[in-house]
Amino acid sequence: MAVAELTSRGDVTIKNLSKSYSINGRHLNVLQGVSNHIRAGESLAIVGASGSGKTTLLRVLAGLEDADRGEVLIDGQAVHGVGKDRAVIFQEPRLLPWLTVLDNVAFPLENRGLKKAEARARARHYVQLVGLGEFTEALPSQLSGGMAQRVGIARALAVKPEILLLDEPFGALDAMTKITMQEELARIWREEKVTMILVTHDLEEAVYLADRVLILGKEKGGRTREIDVDLPRPRNRSEAGFVKLREQLLNEFGLH
Amino acid sequence: MTLETEQQALPGFGQIPFWQSRPVREAAAIVRGFLSRYALLIAFAVLWQISPSLGWTNAAVLPPLNTILVALWNGVTVGTFSGDILISLRRAGLAFGAAVSLGIPLGLFMGQVRFIERSLDPILQLFRQTSALALYPVFILLLGLGETSKVFVIFWATLFPILLATIGGVKQVDPKLIEMARVYGAKRLTVFRRVVLPAALPQIFVGLRLSATTSLLLLIAAEMIGANSGIGFQVMNAQYNFQIPLMFAAILLLALLGLSANFILETLQARLCRWSKVKD
Repeated sequence: MAVAELTSRGDVTIKNLSKSYSINGRHLNVLQGVSNHIRAGESLAIVGASGSGKTTLLRVLAGLEDADRGEVLIDGQAVHGVGKDRAVIFQEPRLLPWLTVLDNVAFPLENRGLKKAEARARARHYVQLVGLGEFTEALPSQLSGGMAQRVGIARALAVKPEILLLDEPFGALDAMTKITMQEELARIWREEKVTMILVTHDLEEAVYLADRVLILGKEKGGRTREIDVDLPRPRNRSEAGFVKLREQLLNEFGLH
Repeated sequence: MTLETEQQALPGFGQIPFWQSRPVREAAAIVRGFLSRYALLIAFAVLWQISPSLGWTNAAVLPPLNTILVALWNGVTVGTFSGDILISLRRAGLAFGAAVSLGIPLGLFMGQVRFIERSLDPILQLFRQTSALALYPVFILLLGLGETSKVFVIFWATLFPILLATIGGVKQVDPKLIEMARVYGAKRLTVFRRVVLPAALPQIFVGLRLSATTSLLLLIAAEMIGANSGIGFQVMNAQYNFQIPLMFAAILLLALLGLSANFILETLQARLCRWSKVKD
């Protein structure tokens, strides 16, 4: 009973979202009537060519931007603005350079009214979870790109969000670090049981991490398509089913 | 073969000679570090000291260093220098303090409100480009020849570096960090206190150091033009009375004052902005 209650949190409904920008007098439709439903605890990857509005969609979900039309419901409630049910992992680590690793992770917790000692204790747990237990007192400038991004992940997890929003989180990392981080994220996602919405341009990453891949179309009236990733976890990048799905995704973009 | 064995048998073979031992090497490194930084300064002082006796310069115009140091010592112990230092420090300090307590809050505010910054910028640029010294006669007309006009002209010149640096510091705060703070539940005040202020701090310190230098510069100018006390007055007065060593002593005092002001601000900056490299 309690388990059912827990897993029912973090359910996201996207209803007919539209948004357009005006750039130098040119009208640009970025999102055109996007609808979707993400079950609590599900992992959804959003892919699309650049300009397909995938980052805009994520920013609307995060509450950083408003849509022109349509709405986002979380557990049945319409959302406006940022909220503590959601945490964002940005493409850049976005750490405060004057705070230590530990204080960076504790920052959101203090904002949400936790006492300093309590916030630091919880932050310490999550810094250890991402494997940086020895670097709690380091400054961001002393970390490598991969380490800094781990701190960003720890910061997002420490607020215990229902929904984790990731905006091309490993786009700036080298190939080796990227794979390690994806494996770690997959492990953490299983352990923390959060809903995960991941924007990426890396199709392999999408297949590796997601239960379902949403493809945003670019061209006017471009339809959104979906592909289910029905593969056992932990996933194996060289296994036949994996390779086939990645090919199928490539074909969606007219690539081989 | 036999030669080698004989050598090995010699006492002390293979031991490090004393000039390569650790303490000596470390001491040498310290001396090298000191010399690479101060050798030119020392050479300058030595040149200053010996060139009159070598006949390169006229001792009456450029007195040797020891005469200047004696004049400085006498000026402080017997003469009026300590009083002058206090008076000058008070003038510069008042003006600097006023400029900082107005400039930093105003800069923090202006940097965040685009509209106010936009509308105030042209008039600020006009004021800044108008030499404070050119305005000194105006201030004297308005405020009299007393302390007020002196402090005010220093304040006027000191305000702009710190104000503009603070505005610049706030404007260049990474908007991505502010966005991150908002996502993670920071309210406006928290964003200001924990993101904007620390991010702007290194720039504010650049402004503070610039302002400190400016305040000493204007102090001297103001004291040379219309004062009967203060270090700037002493420089002028000693020159009128042809007390050249005393004049150089006062100038040296000014240099020391500027160096210590900069040192204090640098130390403060190193403490408050440990995360960013202190740049000169």
